[in-house]
Amino acid sequence: MNKIIERKMIVPNMHLIEIEAPDIAKKVRPGQFVIVRPDDEGERIPLSVADWDTEKGTITIIFMEVGASTGSLASLNAGEAVATCVGPLGNYTEIKKYGTVMCIAGCYGIGSIYPVARALKEAGNNILTVIEARSSYLIYWLDRFIPISEKIFTITRDGSLGYKGHMKRLPDILHSLPAFPDLIIVNGCTYLMAHTSHVTKEMGISTIVNLNPIMIDGTGMCGVCRVTVAGKMKFACVDGPEFNGHDVDWKEFLARRKAYMEEETLFFRRSEPKTKIHKEGECQV
Amino acid sequence: MSDEKIEKASKIDLDRTDMPKQPPEIRRHNFNEVALGYTEELAIKEAKRCLQCKKPRCKTGCPVEIDIPDFISCIVKGDFAGGIKKIKEKNCLPAVCGRVCPQETQCESKCILTNKKGEIAIGRLERFLADWEAKQGKIDIPKKAKPTGKKVAVVGSGPAGITVAGDLILLGHEVTIFEALHRAGGVLTYGIPEFRLPKAIVAREVDYIKMLGVKVITDFVVGKTRSIDELLEEFDAVFIGTGAGLPWFMNIPGENLNGVYSANEYLTRMNLMQGYRFPMSSTPVRKHMKVAVVGGGNVAMDSARTALRMGAEEVRIIYRRSHAELPARLEESENAEEEGVIFNMLTLPVRYIGDERGWLKEIECIKMELGEPDASGRRRPIEVPNSNFRIAMDAVVCAIGNSPNPLVPSTTPGLETTRHGTLVADPETGKTTRDRVWAGGDIVTGAATVILAMGAGRKAARSIHEYLMNKG
Ligand SMILES: Cc1cc2nc3c(=O)[nH]c(=O)nc-3n(C[C@H](O)[C@H](O)[C@H](O)COP(=O)(O)OP(=O)(O)OC[C@H]3O[C@@H](n4cnc5c(N)ncnc54)[C@H](O)[C@@H]3O)c2cc1C
Ligand SMILES: Cc1cc2nc3c(=O)[nH]c(=O)nc-3n(C[C@H](O)[C@H](O)[C@H](O)COP(=O)(O)OP(=O)(O)OC[C@H]3O[C@@H](n4cnc5c(N)ncnc54)[C@H](O)[C@@H]3O)c2cc1C
Ligand code: SF4
Ligand code: SF4
Ligand code: FES
Repeated sequence: MNKIIERKMIVPNMHLIEIEAPDIAKKVRPGQFVIVRPDDEGERIPLSVADWDTEKGTITIIFMEVGASTGSLASLNAGEAVATCVGPLGNYTEIKKYGTVMCIAGCYGIGSIYPVARALKEAGNNILTVIEARSSYLIYWLDRFIPISEKIFTITRDGSLGYKGHMKRLPDILHSLPAFPDLIIVNGCTYLMAHTSHVTKEMGISTIVNLNPIMIDGTGMCGVCRVTVAGKMKFACVDGPEFNGHDVDWKEFLARRKAYMEEETLFFRRSEPKTKIHKEGECQV
Repeated sequence: MSDEKIEKASKIDLDRTDMPKQPPEIRRHNFNEVALGYTEELAIKEAKRCLQCKKPRCKTGCPVEIDIPDFISCIVKGDFAGGIKKIKEKNCLPAVCGRVCPQETQCESKCILTNKKGEIAIGRLERFLADWEAKQGKIDIPKKAKPTGKKVAVVGSGPAGITVAGDLILLGHEVTIFEALHRAGGVLTYGIPEFRLPKAIVAREVDYIKMLGVKVITDFVVGKTRSIDELLEEFDAVFIGTGAGLPWFMNIPGENLNGVYSANEYLTRMNLMQGYRFPMSSTPVRKHMKVAVVGGGNVAMDSARTALRMGAEEVRIIYRRSHAELPARLEESENAEEEGVIFNMLTLPVRYIGDERGWLKEIECIKMELGEPDASGRRRPIEVPNSNFRIAMDAVVCAIGNSPNPLVPSTTPGLETTRHGTLVADPETGKTTRDRVWAGGDIVTGAATVILAMGAGRKAARSIHEYLMNKG
């Protein structure tokens, strides 16, 4: 049981949760994740650590409400507790001086790439930040990225802020630069990471992705998180979650990511009275 | 033979008392325990068959040397309380061992009546006493030694860890168990299914050591949340009992298709995550109609029988050797067969074929035949050329084995491993190559049995105690 210090919706459907977890706060490094179980009946879901406070003994997570477990997580409030919060899991980002690093994020990835960008900045890198969202009102934490970024680019589907369109606009951004970055790190939904990897492979820019497959234990015991990287079977929870985006078998990854789509919908229907589901700010209890 | 001996031999009752079971056509549709256990009458009837040998051979077959004739004679007298006490002197998990020990290769295989195919059902009697005690509701709490002020950390809450913790707490040490998952019990909790080992029994054993004062901290991954070295700053000694939880795959094409599971994933979803209650539980479980399980051990049988209970219409065991070499307990493969599992022997999958959405649709197999015996003494299976064929299947569970998880060794400098990834430890004491660190169970032996893990735990506890007391 870990106490919740705060839980709030920061933009529609996107929540911030601060959890008491002194052991994890002491150990966690950028790029790592935890596994959370909202309640005793719940599934175990992996979530990246977006920030932490060693002194207070807390960690912060940004999550998007997409299904049953994130739904029950979103219904918890300060003072309540999650049944499980275990970690920090996975390998951390290798923080060293690369030169110019472009951090590309969308969705929950805006939160989880933040500690990576911050640590890279502290290590003496120039940070270029690219944020992708459906519309400007879904972008958060810009205030955190501004002090650490050389430049911030935004891409919005409706053109309400920055470039109009979606990740297809990435080459425009890259070509607008005096030189390609030395490294690109991407975090967010699978399509964002897959698409970026395709684009940068052609351009020959090293790209690291933070994969988000289905997981259970997060310690290498079940093998559900397996991905094919450079033709080899890897377990994302212990060998990753970061991998070279150019080596990932994206087709397979996307198929595995969707494995339980039908069952998740079934659960939603059956469990409606139990979980409160927030949709774009309208709470349908 | 003297007259007296003939007289005695003729009285020998070779008729093993059957244990009532759920009928196969009923049990294949539910997760309740298959074997129902002896009643008092049946237990006494079976116990009476024991010859009370002066030099009991059965005892030599039990890795923890339970005084088998003694506890059996208690049953004959109706002194069940005395019987369970006798067992507990040597075995702290009798309800578990009575159910899952491979008795036919251990205690029962050594029983003098085995030659005549009438060995005493030692496991069933052990189980009877343990269940009888649980039914009484009150559990005897043994006296603890005076507090020593020493602290021990136990990593992993499987049978090895539980045994170490239970022994050391009684000797007066402070004991804390660290468990990576959210429920304690190791394989007993996440692997062996409900219908073979009810989770309430495992929970009872864990509650018992908690009652003795052992602290159990779940959701704590040693090597991640804290390292062994960090634990050594706070604790006087550390025991590693992290098991063999890393699943093997076969390295054949198509293994990452949806519908291909490791047995660990399949069983964990069902047991630990209560997937069998889906959609009442929130762990998504896909309903499969045709499930193939690759492998022939207990893990394979458990997976196949779970698949039946999840509603599959066709469940096959695919095994590369023949029936005679099945490593599973005979009782379990018979149970599986009775329930309708189809056995495809001398068959090896070579490729998994998927549909356009990335889901398994067919398995390509090749026929095998048995050649010369290999290092394990079993005849080596060899492929029959051009015998490939395909079976339509929508799921396959890979149950070909596990090796130890490298997480702890790889984060603990100086902790030596073998080339199989197991920890190097003294077989008599459990001492590892690191000072103040002991290990036992599957992490040292590779995947083995519950009772061997407990035996290793017991030896390590003894050695740890000796060390703590001599240290001053
Ligand atoms: C290492 C790692 C780190 C992660 N970090 C975060 C994080 O910091 N914040 C966060 O919100 N999520 C993160 N995820 C993803 C998160 O684990 C899933 O969103 C979560 O498991 C969904 O659980 P659920 O029961 O709510 O939804 P489910 O019922 O499992 O899924 C509902 C539906 O939503 C789809 N879906 C699930 N996740 C996503 C997604 N992220 N984007 C779009 N569609 C999705 C599913 O395919 C499914 O159709 C991470 C995953 C991994 C492996
Ligand atoms: C499906 C199945 C069926 C079986 N059937 C039988 C049977 O019928 N009879 C029989 O005798 N044996 C059977 N076995 C084998 C038996 O269960 C094992 O040999 C036994 O459980 C080993 O005990 P252990 O204590 O060494 O490890 P485990 O029971 O594996 O427990 C290890 C524990 O350590 C935890 N852990 C691992 N890493 C860490 C870490 N870094 N930090 C904290 N905790 C950690 C794990 O989560 C786990 O809970 C079966 C095994 C399986 C998988
Ligand atoms: S513990 Fe196992 S081997 Fe020993 S007597 Fe009991 S059933 Fe037999
Ligand atoms: S060997 Fe068999 S008959 Fe003899 S004491 Fe043991 S169980 Fe009884
Ligand atoms: S989540 Fe189970 S092995 Fe990675």
